[in-house]
Amino acid sequence: MKKIINDPATVVADALRGMAAAHPDLLDVQYDPAVVVRADAPVPRKVAVISGGGSGHEPLHGGFVGRGMLDAACPGAVFTSPTPDQVQAAITRTDGGAGALLIVKNYTGDVLNFETAAELAAMEGVEVRSVVIDDDVAVKDSLYTAGRRGVGGTVLLEKIVGAAAERGVDLDGCEALARRVIGQVRSMGLALSACTVPHAGEPSFTLADDEMELGIGIHGEPGRQRVPVGPASELVPALLDPILEDLPFTEGDRVLLFTNGMGGTPLIELYLAHGIAEELLAARGIVVERRLVGPYITSLEMQGMSLTVLKLDDELIDLWDAPVHTPALRWGV
Amino acid sequence: MATCTASSIADALRSAAQVITEHRDELVRLDREIGDGDHGENMKRGFTAMVSKLDSTELATPGAVLKLAASTLISTVGGAAGPLYGTAFLRAAAAVGDAAELDAALVAKALQAALEGVVARGKAVVGDKTMVDALTPAVAAAESVAEAGGDVASVLSAAAEAADQGAESTVPLVARKGRASYLGERSAGHLDPGARSTALLLRTFAGSAR
Repeated sequence: MKKIINDPATVVADALRGMAAAHPDLLDVQYDPAVVVRADAPVPRKVAVISGGGSGHEPLHGGFVGRGMLDAACPGAVFTSPTPDQVQAAITRTDGGAGALLIVKNYTGDVLNFETAAELAAMEGVEVRSVVIDDDVAVKDSLYTAGRRGVGGTVLLEKIVGAAAERGVDLDGCEALARRVIGQVRSMGLALSACTVPHAGEPSFTLADDEMELGIGIHGEPGRQRVPVGPASELVPALLDPILEDLPFTEGDRVLLFTNGMGGTPLIELYLAHGIAEELLAARGIVVERRLVGPYITSLEMQGMSLTVLKLDDELIDLWDAPVHTPALRWGV
Repeated sequence: MATCTASSIADALRSAAQVITEHRDELVRLDREIGDGDHGENMKRGFTAMVSKLDSTELATPGAVLKLAASTLISTVGGAAGPLYGTAFLRAAAAVGDAAELDAALVAKALQAALEGVVARGKAVVGDKTMVDALTPAVAAAESVAEAGGDVASVLSAAAEAADQGAESTVPLVARKGRASYLGERSAGHLDPGARSTALLLRTFAGSAR
């Protein structure tokens, strides 16, 4: 294992110190328990939008803390959900009197820890709601699993709900909007190589040179299927077709297309893949109104990508375009 | 052992921390095969934190020790194991109330409450390939030995034996809960790491009670 670290046990705290140093104007970082908070929190009478999850997915979620997106992010250990006291600290620190909305990715650990935190916060008198995002179409047979995972759609959800909260939409409105976005977004990913969790010291799985994992999550867990790697012209439809069939997306739909890198894939490959996805959508008569391309929800140094498609309407476009000022997303400011 | 006290439970938890540390790599490996490879590290972090709290706190009752264990696990483990083990210890603490010592019947009752807590939080049933597969037969074995008049040591040793077998029974199963469930059929053929850690803990408690 070759990594720029000192000690696997202190990776997250060490990285948070660097993040705080890099963005003193945007972020206020607390360490015990670890919470990344927007520098001007709490914002009076604004719904606090809070998310979190294991570290190792940077810039998710800490990179999306700031005006127009998240009020706080709770970074767990690498690939491990945060603990309830972290979430509770985030709620207490950002409560502006309008309640808090927790955005939770559908992974068992995340759901259990956020659920426990919401119970604790309710006892303190803060009104807390949770939404669980489960956009990953790779997970089949959801009756027999913990349900679909929450993956790339989380980034889009945080941006859109964050914009609404910034405009003063109340807790009911933010929750309803979040549920609407969750209903309209779908994702799927693939890995060309595994990643190495610092405390594990070895890759989470091994792939032959000509193999890929199709349908991965974001935690270095193996995918649903191991298949031969083809050219990009085959990889992109292998992700896009199941997404489009699932909702389904049909001719005339207006969408946001998000081409995401898993951490170890360069932009040249992401742009190449994005171009193919745009052509495939155009061929089906689906109109790409907005795009996002880059590594925004990653799995350490994993090579691979995911595609996310969100069905848009005028309201969602307007919220997507609204100003955002965070370490990882910034426009309109 | 006829009964157990606050200090004997604290000692059992110290031994558990040592056993978890010794088996950290094994749990990481089991979890890497069907999950994301953090179970051993998370459990080690939680039990290590628990020992340092036990060392700096004087607790009078078994219930107070179990409650301290619960709150430490909830606030330090993370993942699914944090809330699940935390809830298990919390429910066990509630079940024993402020009893000064636990006899065999109370130990069995605490285990039963722990299982109910895990099921309530995680909503898994036997056969889902989780810690419930180890804990459920352990509780049944503990109860039948307690009802037959066994002492604390024999209750825990029956529980440990059944938990070992229950953990082994997860090998051929297809996971339906937790991160391993996303693998579908590919999760078969692997020992569930949560069932394994449950079996390790019960084995350690049984050893401490002898």
